[in-house]
Amino acid sequence: MYAQMIKSEATQDDPEKLAAFQARIDRGEKIEPKDWMPEGYRKTLIRQIGQHAHSEIVGQLPEGNWVTRAPTLERKAILLAKVQDEAGHGLYLYCAAETLGVSRDEMTEMLLDGRMKYSSIFNYPTLTWADMGAVGWLVDGAAIMNQVPLQRTSYGPYARAMVRICKEESFHQRQGFDVMMKMCRGTDAQKRMAQDALNRFWFPSLMMFGPSDKDSKHSAQSMAWKIKMNTNDELRQKFVDQTVPQAEYLGLTVPDPDLRWNEETGHYDFTEPDWSEFMDVLQGNGPCNRDRLEARNKAWDDGAWVREGLMAHAEKRRAARVAAE
Amino acid sequence: MTRDAALFEFLCRMGDSTLVLGHRLSEWCGTAPALEEDIATANTALDLIGQTQMWLGLAAEVEGAGRSADDLAMRRDAWDFRNLLLVEQPNGDFGRTLMRSFLFDVWHRRMLERLTASSDPRVAAIAAKAVKEVAYHADRSAELVVALGDGTEESHRRMQDALDRLWPYTGEMTSDDEVDREMAEARIAPLPSELRPGWEEAVRATLTQATLTVPESAFAHRGGKNGARHSEHLGHMLTTMQWLQRAYPEATW
Ligand SMILES: [Fe+2]
Ligand SMILES: [Fe+2]
Ligand SMILES: [Fe+2]
Repeated sequence: MYAQMIKSEATQDDPEKLAAFQARIDRGEKIEPKDWMPEGYRKTLIRQIGQHAHSEIVGQLPEGNWVTRAPTLERKAILLAKVQDEAGHGLYLYCAAETLGVSRDEMTEMLLDGRMKYSSIFNYPTLTWADMGAVGWLVDGAAIMNQVPLQRTSYGPYARAMVRICKEESFHQRQGFDVMMKMCRGTDAQKRMAQDALNRFWFPSLMMFGPSDKDSKHSAQSMAWKIKMNTNDELRQKFVDQTVPQAEYLGLTVPDPDLRWNEETGHYDFTEPDWSEFMDVLQGNGPCNRDRLEARNKAWDDGAWVREGLMAHAEKRRAARVAAE
Repeated sequence: MTRDAALFEFLCRMGDSTLVLGHRLSEWCGTAPALEEDIATANTALDLIGQTQMWLGLAAEVEGAGRSADDLAMRRDAWDFRNLLLVEQPNGDFGRTLMRSFLFDVWHRRMLERLTASSDPRVAAIAAKAVKEVAYHADRSAELVVALGDGTEESHRRMQDALDRLWPYTGEMTSDDEVDREMAEARIAPLPSELRPGWEEAVRATLTQATLTVPESAFAHRGGKNGARHSEHLGHMLTTMQWLQRAYPEATW
């Protein structure tokens, strides 16, 4: 999931209007851009959709890191197509956020100066080719857990963006798993890469769902508004239950000595990730935070003359058309 | 040179040029000036890699030595590469990347249009598929060259710099050699020099609209398409691109 610890905004609106709004949501109606909505709903959504969009954009970097080193032409094409999809997801989501009255450029500035966040997962490095498998399998896999229910979220444009995105994400997950299969059925070196990738990405993937429910302060309001559909712990459990048998099938060992099937609950018991590491990453001290933001800032700054040039040309054209009329 | 040997060379020229340019464009992944450019650049790179699979796949078939398209891409050294010098030039700023694409795309489109009538049906089939993609590349790069040439003072200056820098690499695209004459005789491919007038006309028309000045020098660097003398840049590109295949030769991916 690409939105973590989204603070929901308090709302000071007319209680009658609020009740009517809540009733619409409870009936399963979609809220559309022109409808009345509480200020807190709007602001919370901007933060959540924005964080999700930024995650898609920054998420291009760890995978882009291997595009020039992909081992075959086909793998290169698949990876390029995937990263291109992620850019497309960013675009849909920025468009959804724009319907709430915030422009893409404003949101970009907030990402670049650190006012808005992106998912913690993209602050981890991709060190071997197996990481391209692990990211697709685990990271896109975790994203899907959260995004499938969001197809039913109350805000229309967001829900519709999710429908398009989810189709592609499940494709990414299958491709990631396919890379892992190849590695796990390959040479000793490839198997070693695959296990190493799982070792490094397991706990960071669990962190993607955000802190444990007992420490998650903002959930109740967001869940009532159907901006958040499940609790963090529910989704994390679902992810573990789905992923452990896949790891077994691959012949990999999940790096958690306390992981075991619990007959009574019908779920896996597992070790929580190190939440102090999670907080460090959120505060900018993950292995790649600086690198990621530097790369985004550099791309934005280096591209300024292009964006200005395109705008100047469009303006000249417009002026010429007006003059001709 | 036998006909098949010449055909192999020719197919490597096509496939290596799309491979090298596709790779160069993929170096932009995630860092283009705007999201739309990221998507479009990746898309072009994808098309070119797909075309590479077809050209080098056919090259491997014609060679008949049991090599695959991937073997050709990942296991040859620089001196066996047959791409145009133009496409191996480093990306530079976005303007130089764009100008390089534009100069190549105009040629590429014309070449493919002619190849759709190739006497070799395998070549004609690949060209028919690729030409649709490349027509789009060419339209898009021309449109952006016009916009940025005309845009601001800075964008104009950068585009003019890019043009001046890359112009000496354009002559190689339309120069003929023994391989080309063999292909032309067999009606497999046109003589590159026949493409020159159309290429120049189209390029000049766009550059005029872009308010850019075409360099006067007709000097042309050579050595890419016959592999005699690539630039220093190609080796570095291959070092990155081929690393996994070279480091783990027994692995399949
Ligand atoms: Fe995505
Ligand atoms: Fe993703
Ligand atoms: Fe994805």
